[in-house]
Amino acid sequence: MFAPVYLDHNASTPTDPAVLEAMLPYLSGQFGNASSRHEYGRAARRAIDEARSQVAAAVGAHASEVVFTSGGSEANNLLIKGAAACLKPGLLAVSAIEHPCVIKPAEQLCKRGWTLEKLAVDANGRVDAAHFAVVMARKPKIVSVMLANNETGVLQDLESLAEQARMAGAWFHTDAVQAVSKLAVDFRRLNAAGVHALTLSAHKIGGPKGAAALVLDKRVELEPLIAGGGHERGLRSGTENVAAIVGFGVACTLAAERQATLAKHLLEMRRRLEAGLIGFGATLFGQAAERLPNTVYFSFPELDGETLVGHLDRAGYAVASGAACSSAHPEPSHVLRAMGVDPGLARGAVRVSLGGGNSREQVAGFLKTLQATVAGLRRLTAMTA
Amino acid sequence: MLKLPIYLDYSATTPVDPRVAEKMIPYLVEKFGNAASRSHSFGWEAEAAVEEARAEVARLVNADPKEIVWTSGATESNNLALKGAAHFYSGKGRHLVTVKTEHKAVLDTCRELERQGFEVSYLDVGNDGLLDPDVFKAALRPDTILASVMFVNNEIGVIQPISEIGEICRSRGILFHVDAAQATGKVTIDLAALKVDLMSFSAHKTYGPKGIGALYVQRKPRIRLNAQMHGGGHERGFRSGTLATHQIVGMGEAFRLARLEMGAENERIRMLRDRLFKGLSDIEHVYVNGDMERRVPHNLNISFAYVEGESLLMAIKDLAVSSGSACTSASLEPSYVLRALGRDDELAHSSIRFTLGRFTSAEEIDYAIRLLHEKIGRLRELSPLWEMVQDGVDLSTVQWAAH
Amino acid sequence: MSYSVKVLDHYENPRNVGSFGKEEEGVATGMVGAPACGDVMKLQIKVGKGGVIEDAKFKTYGCGSAIASSSLVTEWVKGKTIDQALDIKNTQIADELALPPVKIHCSILAEDAIKAAVADYKKKHGEQVPA
Repeated sequence: MFAPVYLDHNASTPTDPAVLEAMLPYLSGQFGNASSRHEYGRAARRAIDEARSQVAAAVGAHASEVVFTSGGSEANNLLIKGAAACLKPGLLAVSAIEHPCVIKPAEQLCKRGWTLEKLAVDANGRVDAAHFAVVMARKPKIVSVMLANNETGVLQDLESLAEQARMAGAWFHTDAVQAVSKLAVDFRRLNAAGVHALTLSAHKIGGPKGAAALVLDKRVELEPLIAGGGHERGLRSGTENVAAIVGFGVACTLAAERQATLAKHLLEMRRRLEAGLIGFGATLFGQAAERLPNTVYFSFPELDGETLVGHLDRAGYAVASGAACSSAHPEPSHVLRAMGVDPGLARGAVRVSLGGGNSREQVAGFLKTLQATVAGLRRLTAMTA
Repeated sequence: MLKLPIYLDYSATTPVDPRVAEKMIPYLVEKFGNAASRSHSFGWEAEAAVEEARAEVARLVNADPKEIVWTSGATESNNLALKGAAHFYSGKGRHLVTVKTEHKAVLDTCRELERQGFEVSYLDVGNDGLLDPDVFKAALRPDTILASVMFVNNEIGVIQPISEIGEICRSRGILFHVDAAQATGKVTIDLAALKVDLMSFSAHKTYGPKGIGALYVQRKPRIRLNAQMHGGGHERGFRSGTLATHQIVGMGEAFRLARLEMGAENERIRMLRDRLFKGLSDIEHVYVNGDMERRVPHNLNISFAYVEGESLLMAIKDLAVSSGSACTSASLEPSYVLRALGRDDELAHSSIRFTLGRFTSAEEIDYAIRLLHEKIGRLRELSPLWEMVQDGVDLSTVQWAAH
Repeated sequence: MSYSVKVLDHYENPRNVGSFGKEEEGVATGMVGAPACGDVMKLQIKVGKGGVIEDAKFKTYGCGSAIASSSLVTEWVKGKTIDQALDIKNTQIADELALPPVKIHCSILAEDAIKAAVADYKKKHGEQVPA
């Protein structure tokens, strides 16, 4: 039995050994509740304080701007619903390619008198400038545009969008869970442009599942989603998940330290991958846009994505046929639909997302396997056609 | 050799049992898949582990695994249960009933619902800390949709009459939520027999990791809830967000161990608790807070009169204990739970909660007894109140200088 | 709560704990605070010739900072005249013990205890209490 090669890092990443090592004491002897006043509690509190500083430092924020949550979905829900609860209902704008944990809470607000405008994207998955300007003219109160898309890896020109949103007087949020570790993210600079809140998640960057953060400009008023005890400056109650938060802090520090080297390594592998894919006749989504160095989203026009992914899994390569959360639904990706991709092509979509642990040899092996698999499936398709 | 400080605060949180930690770690390292990934073995492996853990949580409380919804902890479970049910059923009525001694996660959520236009009745408990079912019955109204009563109180450890209250609720068609964060592994919970519709659980009070909990949502009859977190539609739409596999695995293992070991463990802990109680009962003017019989064996909550609480905690810093619940002890306000029992502020201030657990030893208890004898004696030597009492002054007649 | 080294020292080794006999010559007592507020201080001074405080004792029901504040005050008042003792301000006590903001009330209480003890002395000896 050989170990499968993991090429689905946008879904989740393995915990870095250094992160695990930092977490272990908090899963054994250092088990205090950070709200307790005795030494066990104070040790837990100190560990959380340190992690908060580490998270802040990694994205150029101040520790007091970091609100810990149980995950990226919770952080996005907290910002969208929490900010809306403190405002009079009005217009809310989120890009059409947002993760469901931004789109769904935004849709929920429509029940409370809000109007939702989904910001259009162009064929390469970038927010459409003309539509964005039109929506901004209508003075939205909350705008959310992700920094990097989880499916395509396409990056947005956030500073320019945020500037316009700021002119319109909106709170601007960005889901950056896929960006951190692969790109340099500077909250101070984004904040100066008009970004007021940013979501981070530990398990996307070599940290554990169960810890994430909303980095928040303190001018933004939020109603908490979870009440009871007043933890996290009253914005998020519940006993802190000390071990995961400690792991998150270390993961952030490592991500910031390694970002430049990692991005270079990833980009080199991505280019090899793309060259191979194009050679096999694949269509790459968002090809003309600036993208994350680790993500390739492609389709073979005549092949079904689910089928291809299934074959690849059996051949020892773990890739995705769409975003993990929506993988249960067979309908084509809402991201590709928003990009105007032909539904037939969208059904063939396969995502490869690389990680620091992947090697050039693995990429070469994957390409070899893919070539054979695609050839085999094409023969089958030709026979049944 | 004793390790100091001695941990006697198991109701604030418990250590992760080493057997639990051992099961968790592979899900951080090699089995790190996202349980929602449907296209590869990493995802399937994570999903299988999540479902196995779900079955273990269900087994401890005799529920169906399909009735268990993962959350980030009991606080979130309480929020989801109360807000989710209140909003979904608000067409039937807008009145809720709860108890003054509930955890903040319930009380603060009720306050939020009040701001949203719901009415909440906060019921008194007796001076034993227990809710009288007749008091409960009397508070119900035709527009009452939901009641929330905790199974085991976090500060005084008393066990509320959940079975009786469940019967009352069911007969009146009122939904019944129970916060059982402090109950798992301490009392037997049989959800097939109890008339409970929603029940909140926490892992880290039962030797599992922090950051994971669950909400029992009854299926027959089916209970509906408005989700509080939206997104990828995880947990059948009740709660979106990537499942923290290692934490879920930890909760499953912790609850499995609780099911297997709680019988013997509770007897051992009861013996230690009684030893502590006996050891302290020869100190003058000590008062037990809450009923001593209808109480989990892990808890002893005592007030030491004429000694101020904070200086007492300082004096016994070799013991990791709490005065009031962990979530409120940052403030100097006396515990609202003890106030609800009718304790005056002084006695509430000087209360100490000892909570014992799986790793507490007789040696530790004996050390605690010796230390308390010594320190209480010293602080009373320092106390002008104690001096007055020894001189026969009735403190209630003293005119205190305004301050 | 983290305490300063000086608070811990006074708390662990409080100076001048105890009571004078009520009938002793020159003894005056100041009792301030209330049990419901979480602190009660009893400060006794023994005043000798020329209004000089020869000795002082205290008992305190309260937190570590309250105990330290009253312990410190017993040291400071000794050797001072009663009028000099009234010059001791809560800010000096708070500074000396490095009390955090939430504990400033302990130093205020200690200052009040001095005032109350001096007032008791003056009452017993027929002097006007300064307003």
